[in-house]
Amino acid sequence: MKARIYVTLKNGVLDPQGAAVKHALGTLGFQGVEGVRQGKLLDIELAATDRAAAEAELAAMCDKLLANTVIEDYRVEVLSE
Amino acid sequence: MTAAVIVFPGSNCDRDLAVALQQATGQTTTMVWHKDASLPQGLDLVAIPGGFSFGDYLRCGAIAAKAPIMRAVVDFAQRGGHVLGICNGFQVLIEAGLLPGALMRNAGLSFVCKTVTLDVVTTASPFTQDYSPGGQVNFPVAHHDGNYLASQDQLKQLADQDRIAFRYVDNPNGSIDNIAGVLSANRRVLGMMPHPERASDPALGGTDGAALFQGLRGALTLA
Repeated sequence: MKARIYVTLKNGVLDPQGAAVKHALGTLGFQGVEGVRQGKLLDIELAATDRAAAEAELAAMCDKLLANTVIEDYRVEVLSE
Repeated sequence: MTAAVIVFPGSNCDRDLAVALQQATGQTTTMVWHKDASLPQGLDLVAIPGGFSFGDYLRCGAIAAKAPIMRAVVDFAQRGGHVLGICNGFQVLIEAGLLPGALMRNAGLSFVCKTVTLDVVTTASPFTQDYSPGGQVNFPVAHHDGNYLASQDQLKQLADQDRIAFRYVDNPNGSIDNIAGVLSANRRVLGMMPHPERASDPALGGTDGAALFQGLRGALTLA
């Protein structure tokens, strides 16, 4: 089973890297970029075959290691069975 | 006072920290490898050094915080042991849940490497008891991710409980409330971004840090 995890800064947490990217896009002439938030994407391959169990395990991975839930949110997507 | 320094792959201030502790205590500092599952018996202090443990992969300190030795360090702290984390060590202590908040990318995005002036905010801790109340110290900082953030509730709790140990006079990284170092609720765990161990020898550009290690020796030798 393949899964994808997105880790992003929580709303309201200042993202200086996203702000720098937004500024650079403006410098390149891309007008109308109203905001950029930078995050992480992790592709994970699991031996599990049960979708619900896999989702629960992926969420536990995020809580324990993959995300710092003080400042980050995460979203789990199971891509294929 | 007996002290141990934890060594992770990528730690690079471990020897400096061991020397600073040895100069203060007159005793050999034990170096403990991250794969060990237990700490030496009878320790008074565990120190977690600066560096780039595990290459700062995922988040600074996140992988190190899950290393086998850290379970023993967390147990040690929960039993009332004293723990000092400097720079990457502060990041590790936060990721291990021993201190509140988070350390984010510096607001200016640059790696900051210079000597900064700090206000000693509290002297009511074994780490800061040898400083003068209201005094200032000069310590080097060298980090990319030292921008301290905590929720409003956490900040209020830190202030109300007098747990902010050091504040930057001229904030180099965007840390909220200029916070450079914080204490645990029992005041026995200190995490800080600046490097007292790099300011503990007159040959190496300053001695303001020596009082931190001497204070620890005083507190932990009497205890």
